Amino acid sequence: MSEAVQTRGKLFTPFNLIAGVILLVGAGILLLRFTQGLQATTNLTHYYPWGIWIGFDVMSGVALAAGGFVTSSAVYLFGMKEYKPIVRPAILTGFLGYFLVVLGLIVDLGKPWHLPYPFLVQAGPTSALFEVSLCVALYLTTLFVETTPAVFEWLGWKRWRKVVGAMTIALTVFGLILSTLHQSTLGAMYAITPTKLHPLWYSPYIPVHFFVSAVAAGLSMVIVEGMFSHKAFHHQVQISNEQFERINLGLGKAGAVALAIYTAIKLLSLSLDDKWHLLGTSWGAWYLVELVGFVLLPCFLFTVGYRESKVLFVRIAAVITVIGIILNRFNVSFIAFNYDLPSEHRYVPHWMEIWVSVALVTFGVVMFRWIANRMPIMYEHPDWKDEH
Amino acid sequence: MSVSRRGFLTGLATGAGMLTAHKANAAGVQQFTGYQGRFGLLHDTTLCVGCRSCEKACKEVNGHPPPDRPIDDKTVFDRHRRITPTEFTVVNRYKPAEGRTPPVYRKHQCMHCNEPCCASVCLVHAFEKTPEGPVLYDPDVCLGCRYCVMACPYHALSYEYDSAFDPKVMRCTMCYPRIKEGKNPGCADACPTGAILFGERDKLITVAKERIRKSPDRYIDHVFGEHEFGGTSWLTLAGVPFKSLELHEGVTHESLPSIGTSYLSVVPLVVTIYPGLLMAFYAFSKRKDKLAQQELEEAVRLALEKADEDTKEKLKQAADKSAKDKEKAINAAVKKALQEAERKAAAEKAAAAATDGADPKETKS
Ligand code: SF4
Ligand code: SF4
Ligand code: SF4
Repeated sequence: MSEAVQTRGKLFTPFNLIAGVILLVGAGILLLRFTQGLQATTNLTHYYPWGIWIGFDVMSGVALAAGGFVTSSAVYLFGMKEYKPIVRPAILTGFLGYFLVVLGLIVDLGKPWHLPYPFLVQAGPTSALFEVSLCVALYLTTLFVETTPAVFEWLGWKRWRKVVGAMTIALTVFGLILSTLHQSTLGAMYAITPTKLHPLWYSPYIPVHFFVSAVAAGLSMVIVEGMFSHKAFHHQVQISNEQFERINLGLGKAGAVALAIYTAIKLLSLSLDDKWHLLGTSWGAWYLVELVGFVLLPCFLFTVGYRESKVLFVRIAAVITVIGIILNRFNVSFIAFNYDLPSEHRYVPHWMEIWVSVALVTFGVVMFRWIANRMPIMYEHPDWKDEH
Repeated sequence: MSVSRRGFLTGLATGAGMLTAHKANAAGVQQFTGYQGRFGLLHDTTLCVGCRSCEKACKEVNGHPPPDRPIDDKTVFDRHRRITPTEFTVVNRYKPAEGRTPPVYRKHQCMHCNEPCCASVCLVHAFEKTPEGPVLYDPDVCLGCRYCVMACPYHALSYEYDSAFDPKVMRCTMCYPRIKEGKNPGCADACPTGAILFGERDKLITVAKERIRKSPDRYIDHVFGEHEFGGTSWLTLAGVPFKSLELHEGVTHESLPSIGTSYLSVVPLVVTIYPGLLMAFYAFSKRKDKLAQQELEEAVRLALEKADEDTKEKLKQAADKSAKDKEKAINAAVKKALQEAERKAAAEKAAAAATDGADPKETKS
């Protein structure tokens, strides 16, 4: 505990300094964006109305935050109790992840003050985006309630803690439903663009691609997050290193299965629409980079890691999967989108767009540290051991 | 009869189907053949000379600033242009047909689809297909998510990225205000060669087919927009393959919104099936736990029982022993107590004898 107290006490640690600079500059960029319009800070065009604030902050963010629903379902619904120590960090990561998604969306929307309009003024229920926003709003609330046990334990509010504890199963079921829906519907948003999205990425089954890849991404993100938090908060962690490694190996096994299914679906899509010949083109080469380098390779590494009990392999695979998911979402949302446009019309993100995305992630890390330094996230509160 | 039968079948459809059908109706994107007497425009690219009079007229009727280069400056064609917030229509130059010299020009603008993608993807339903044909946009509800810009298959929408406080989606209105006044759209009136025709869509299709029939050499035998993605209000005729004019001919006649929304039918399924399924899983894993717990308790009980047999004898011995010990202890205690009592009595007697003479009163009482 002493180390945590020290880091809390000192303001000018290298981490705080770097994070502070990133956030300050980010705030400056946002000021520019909200006073001068999107044009001042982004390279968005009429051809590319969506850049990395959608491709990264929303599309990748939602997929990477899938760890919350995957682990809580595994533990509470499917009875895999051995993963319980990672549920809280995963749910916190999920909550912060979705929080950042909403922040990112607010930054990207032309008129963010109209955000509640779909629910209050006029609904457009034929829109996949309507379903996504409804689910994200509900799921963010669900994740928030799922995070409160740690808050109540920290504050010592026993009555409230009991109330939310009793809701665990219902919340988990609700979260799983909402996640299944919006993870896949994010893919369904592209179902309407068969002429714009390159056929190798476009598929009528793109919702399924998105869902399965999100499960792999969520699992990998739990591993990656554990890599850092287990070290940073080692004084809080109660489980032994062996137990933690066993959990990682188990996650690796699940990751291998998810990626194997994902590969199968992708290959099936190629066959169903007979797109194999496209692999010979330069777009095909790029597609293979994604499929072989960022799906098959981590799938293989996960398998080896699990079989040989090599946590390092599992971790490398997780990092590659996380990068691969981001690459996939980038491909779908702007790299392979409008693929037949001449190159002078292509979208390349503005440095300020990248900065804001980095600042959002930094903000998430800062919040995670702040919360985990105070609340029982990495360990179980002694009064509430073995409870939901 | 056929109507009621259809209604019956719809009624029979799953909750999923019903919900989406209902939703689709709400945004006017379900398959429908269109309103009677709906208007349209026909652009005959074989008649278009690239004079850009339509561009000029469009800017005028929409109150846009005039172009920075004179309208007859042909160098604008060196670059491929697209629709922007102040240019609702642009004319682009394309390579001529094989064996012919004059280049081909095509006018770009919103096609005013029969089943508009923009309307189907908007989460506040800001677009509305009017009975007259134009697709109208309501900036007051728009969030600025730009999903419509992203979804339109004709690159017909633009966005005011330079506005911080009131950015809008911008595109051709099909001159709805002028149509309402009984006038022709600005561009149709301005076209000096008659390449743009305004009228009832059905009649325009007849005209277009008639032209193709009369000069089969001049035209590709296809009216673009009659069926593409469910059909459009703007129709195009061409002497070169439509693909070379950036028109995706023959991809599908199915309306894009119906492809885009088909997945949404999964939603009610997930919402209805999941809870039961998951609770079953939960009950199952709970039961597994409970059985494991029971098994454990049973094992402990058996072990104890067995231990009982083994130790009964020992226990009995111990009990006997302790009983004996107890007896001994009791006897000792009784003896001790008796001795104590005797000693006390003796002491009292002695004390009484000593005080007798000193205080008779006290002894009396
Ligand atoms: S062309 Fe595009 S903007 Fe115009 S109605 Fe069709 S989908 Fe909407
Ligand atoms: S930008 Fe506006 S009109 Fe277009 S889809 Fe979003 S909310 Fe609807
Ligand atoms: S119909 Fe009206 S708004 Fe549309 S291109 Fe013609 S003049 Fe412009």
